[in-house]
Amino acid sequence: MSDKKNSFMSWLDRRLPVTENLERHLTKHPVPKKVNFFYIFGALLMVVFMVQVVTGIWLMMFYTNTEEGAFASVEYIMRDVDYGWLMRYMHSTGASAFFLLMYFHMFRGLLYGSYQKPKELVWLFGCFLLFLLMAEGFLGYVLPWGQMSYWAANVILSLFGAIPFIGPDLQVWIQGDYVLSGITLSRFFALHVVVVPLLMIALVVFHIFALHEVGAGNPEGVDIEKHRDEKGMPLDGAPFHPYKTFSALPAIGIFFIVFFAIVFFAPTGGGYFIEKPNFEEADFLKTPEHIAPVWYYAPFYSILRAVTFGIPFLGITSKFLGFIIFAASIAILFVVPWLDRSNVQSIRYKGIYSKVAMVLFAASFVTLGYLGTKPVNEMRTLIAQICTVFYFAPFILMPIYTKYEKTKEVPDRL
Amino acid sequence: MSEKVDPKRRKALLITSGVMGAVTVAGFAVPFLSAWNPSEKAKAMGGSVKFDLTKLDAGAMAVVEWRRTPIFIVHQTEQAKQNLPKLNEKMVDPALEEGLLRSANDKFSVLKGVCTHLSCAPKYHPEIEPKAWDQEWLGGFFCPCHGSKFDLAGRVYKGVPAPVNLEVPPHTFEGDTLIIGDAV
Repeated sequence: MSDKKNSFMSWLDRRLPVTENLERHLTKHPVPKKVNFFYIFGALLMVVFMVQVVTGIWLMMFYTNTEEGAFASVEYIMRDVDYGWLMRYMHSTGASAFFLLMYFHMFRGLLYGSYQKPKELVWLFGCFLLFLLMAEGFLGYVLPWGQMSYWAANVILSLFGAIPFIGPDLQVWIQGDYVLSGITLSRFFALHVVVVPLLMIALVVFHIFALHEVGAGNPEGVDIEKHRDEKGMPLDGAPFHPYKTFSALPAIGIFFIVFFAIVFFAPTGGGYFIEKPNFEEADFLKTPEHIAPVWYYAPFYSILRAVTFGIPFLGITSKFLGFIIFAASIAILFVVPWLDRSNVQSIRYKGIYSKVAMVLFAASFVTLGYLGTKPVNEMRTLIAQICTVFYFAPFILMPIYTKYEKTKEVPDRL
Repeated sequence: MSEKVDPKRRKALLITSGVMGAVTVAGFAVPFLSAWNPSEKAKAMGGSVKFDLTKLDAGAMAVVEWRRTPIFIVHQTEQAKQNLPKLNEKMVDPALEEGLLRSANDKFSVLKGVCTHLSCAPKYHPEIEPKAWDQEWLGGFFCPCHGSKFDLAGRVYKGVPAPVNLEVPPHTFEGDTLIIGDAV
């Protein structure tokens, strides 16, 4: 609270708790002094989210959400609108960056136990954000109405059609047509620019409020709240502002150097960020030879394709089982806080099994990602099946190995 | 005004207003969810399509669009008709009850050209020769996306990602004319 009773701030604070909240969330909010580079991704994600919102609003000013006009309006943005190409490439590169940062951010969480008690809700909100980001990316990829927009969307929507009994009707209801058409495009536009972003903003707020309630973690898994100075500030902590805000600036600078290098010199990422067939307008009678997802969905798409068998006696087709396992590969992340029974947080003090599990998980995720962008053959399907097992095993076996493995003692101070 | 609270009355009011609220929300959900159904225009676009079969030579395939879906019309050769029963063993569902060509006619097969795996378009490979995907290929459809194989009558091979045979759209034959879509 401001000392001068008649100052503007005190007038404001009596009506809106500005100072109180600035202190609570910025100038007096303690964060661990020593963290490593894995702890920068949250800040970068906020930056990318803002880039997406701003470029998205500007793209919306020129985009047409109809079957006849969508593709042409994207061409118009690219060729006729001043700096339209910049807006679009920032938005498309931003999507890739969003996922890359998200994957690193979540892997940090897995390595250093950022989901453990009492941070379960922070992790849960984060998992919901991953889910929403995946939905947002999918919806957005349909909007340019290119060949890959159309056919990849067909693949995903047919997954809903694979649900027993209600599937076909559900698919028609989502599409608003018997096939994927302009009707679908219009509703995807509404979802992409309003519904999902609103939900994401709400969840980001929850994510951060929950984090500030329980406090940020650190790579050692040390509880900084234990030792405080006479003012109540943790000895191993520093105020978020200016220490963290300013130390994030160089990282943001480096990030933007890489980001704009891609925007200016390799916006399509060799077909991985924007796929080549998407420079052709959607044609519902001509399927591209090879339908591949953008790189950020590739690991999950690989899991979907790896399921080449069903459970006939339960009436479950291979397609529906693929859908279930694909959904489970995201869903299992939500329950990680209750799978980990370890008495330490950080991988540094966990036992050998946890370390092996994390290496297996990361290796299989990357391998699945590679396979997901390639056409299938027997060998690749087999490797994808093995990697799918290694993707799930670290989580499914987690309650066992984290409970029985030998952990090292965590130091008292950071 | 009385300061006394009647808990019974209060509970009854809470339940009543809660139920009324829920009914209102559910009621208003109906128009919003129904708006996502296919519109009258979309329904009208799903009408039937005619095709003149005299244009199609034996062994050839035509693609007709119906409900924006490619419909494959295959004029089967005599050799193909002899080969089809030989493949019964290799099929997930030989579909014997549907007839040799799975069609209302003994010359033509009518199939949805959409792979039952993930909606790709299978390619027509009628030639009888060893293929990269099958050394004993007797003609049929091969899906380049995920490697699903179908024979000339659209029946799916065992051991491929596609779970079921290519769909047969509703169709009728009137002389040399094929009508795809629901009979009017």
